[in-house]
Amino acid sequence: MTTTSGSTPEMRHHLDDPGTDQPGGLVGEVARMSAEERAEHEAEVADVVAPDRDIEVEVGETLLEMRDVTLSFGGLVALDSVSFSIRRGEILGLIGPNGAGKTTCFNAMTGVYRPSSGDVLLEGRPLGRLKKSQITRRGIARTFQNIRLFGEMTALENVVVGTDARHRTGVLGALLRLPRHHREEREGVERAMALLEFVGIADRAADKAKNLPYGYQRRLEIARALATEPKLLCLDEPAAGFNPAEKEELMGLIREIRDDGYTVLLIDHDMKLVMGVTDRLVVLEFGKKIADGRPAEVREDPSVIAAYLGVPDDDVA
Amino acid sequence: MSAHHFRSGTATKVPFGQRIRDWWNGLSRFHQWAIIIPVVVLVYLMPFLNFFPITTEPGTDFELALFNTARIVLIAIGLNVVVGQAGLLDLGYVGFFAIGAYVAALMTSRDSALYAEYPWLLVVVVGIAVTMVSGVIIGTPTLRLRGDYLAIVTLGFGEIVRLLADNIPALRGNVGFRNLERPPGEWSDGTRIFTQGDGIPWYWLTVTAIIAVLILVGNLERSRVGRAWVAIREDEDAAEIMGVPTFRFKVWAFVIGAAIGGLSGVLYAGQLGFVNNARFDVVTSVLFLAAVILGGSGNKVGVILGAIVIAYTPERFQVVSEYRYLIFGLALIVLMIFRPQGLLGARQRLLARGRQAYKRLVGKPEPVSTESPMKDSGKGTGA
Repeated sequence: MTTTSGSTPEMRHHLDDPGTDQPGGLVGEVARMSAEERAEHEAEVADVVAPDRDIEVEVGETLLEMRDVTLSFGGLVALDSVSFSIRRGEILGLIGPNGAGKTTCFNAMTGVYRPSSGDVLLEGRPLGRLKKSQITRRGIARTFQNIRLFGEMTALENVVVGTDARHRTGVLGALLRLPRHHREEREGVERAMALLEFVGIADRAADKAKNLPYGYQRRLEIARALATEPKLLCLDEPAAGFNPAEKEELMGLIREIRDDGYTVLLIDHDMKLVMGVTDRLVVLEFGKKIADGRPAEVREDPSVIAAYLGVPDDDVA
Repeated sequence: MSAHHFRSGTATKVPFGQRIRDWWNGLSRFHQWAIIIPVVVLVYLMPFLNFFPITTEPGTDFELALFNTARIVLIAIGLNVVVGQAGLLDLGYVGFFAIGAYVAALMTSRDSALYAEYPWLLVVVVGIAVTMVSGVIIGTPTLRLRGDYLAIVTLGFGEIVRLLADNIPALRGNVGFRNLERPPGEWSDGTRIFTQGDGIPWYWLTVTAIIAVLILVGNLERSRVGRAWVAIREDEDAAEIMGVPTFRFKVWAFVIGAAIGGLSGVLYAGQLGFVNNARFDVVTSVLFLAAVILGGSGNKVGVILGAIVIAYTPERFQVVSEYRYLIFGLALIVLMIFRPQGLLGARQRLLARGRQAYKRLVGKPEPVSTESPMKDSGKGTGA
């Protein structure tokens, strides 16, 4: 199992930390640990965060494939036969100007919209007409551009809802508190606690999601998505509204997530963030893919420069 | 100086309800039981507390008033699963109540073609089963709708049940069914325990049912099922994308709510000994809903309180009885203006092992904060 690297939980706790009274419980304990103890604790956390998932494809092979996906709303073509693939273990950036179809692309993958034509394949199998909840259980999780947490639930409960995607307790099992219910509750809460620590917001686990600071809410969304044990994690503008320091920390977190064995698809406007963290980029403009490659290559691509900076008038004709 | 005093006073002020909850959560399991058990005993002893401030006015039977209150409490707990937990506005809940009552009538009244000497417990089981099935039948098509549309369709369902009773000859419309069978059992002197006149056994039976239902519903609440319901209430689309099979759990909410409504219907029919189409109108449905909204939708203690207000005050005060719809209407309006979350705000604990988890994680007892974010000690204004 991989270990975590980069910023320590303590560093991340300072993000948006209102500087309240002495933290108690596990959070306070971690803060008081020696460096050695903390490294050990982090390794434990990482173990719970990244469980053994059954992924059929090897690292570096295609995990998700968009095959000629077209999506139109009436006359408006939001995606025009877009094809690209995401390889297992990489961080793929999806960029493009406003309205290029990035979020639509996400929605096509996660079942919010069904492609008008073309296929989305996960591990070589088309998602077809699966329901959104079934797609999540197949292994695609996402966060939302405009945060959509369960506001009245605590942070911990939000993440446990994510873990429930892997649970099988039914109404009868819960009603009679059968052994599976107990086992799943214990596992779910353990994992949710570890995830909250992993994203660095464990100190506010008992607070309602709607009362958390903005940065915490963004991180909670990531924790909740990770809780569903995804093969592919899709982050829709996770850094929106962050200042540079917070963005830096977020990049660290995204790298950690990848190092723990997740595959990440990232949408963001911030070129610096995207260039800095991704292994590969796909560029969309007006629903079409215009470039696909390593960040350094894409940055030099004339069509990408044109899309972002515009083309001088005399070049158009 | 006084201004300073005032400021420091409000800065540390915790709302009374919050203090109560914090105190309660700080108690050990043992201490909580040490309080719950005497309260339960007191509830069972209610029929013998028939004196001044509690007792009903002359002309109203105190024991029967208690039974009727308990019956509405049971209904409110059931409706709370649907409305409060899963957030599905159901205006036709009386339909399930009616189905329960009619099943009892059809099985145990000599007026019915289906009459046989069924054991009474079987009637309860069949009543619940039939309402659950009808919950599936009603829920499957209608739960694809949301919000106002769902409310309108369920309103229609409640009316359909009543109109069926009106128009199907076998259901005897206004004439109704007489002499329904009551639960078995005799006192030592040979008289029946369960009669129409004596409310005490019925009250005890209903309170027992309430306790059983509270335990079972509580089990559901602190499980994957309860979390799914609250997630659906909060943001149905996000819930689905987080892997919650929303439709299935919405139907389950409907079915479980229906089962509790059906049970209440069977008890009601048994006590009254008579069922016709008169008591199952929309107004009754709205009254049930008023109990849930008034007490605090999504809060079990709240809806019990709401049901007691709705059911007991008209029995206690003749004046309230005469103007009950006016008074409850005004009360609801006032409540919506000043306290839209109801007397007690929505809150449920959603983790079976939350107590230990929160203790370990943040060193605090399990949170059950309910009120608006404003009251949460001013934290989290950053969003």
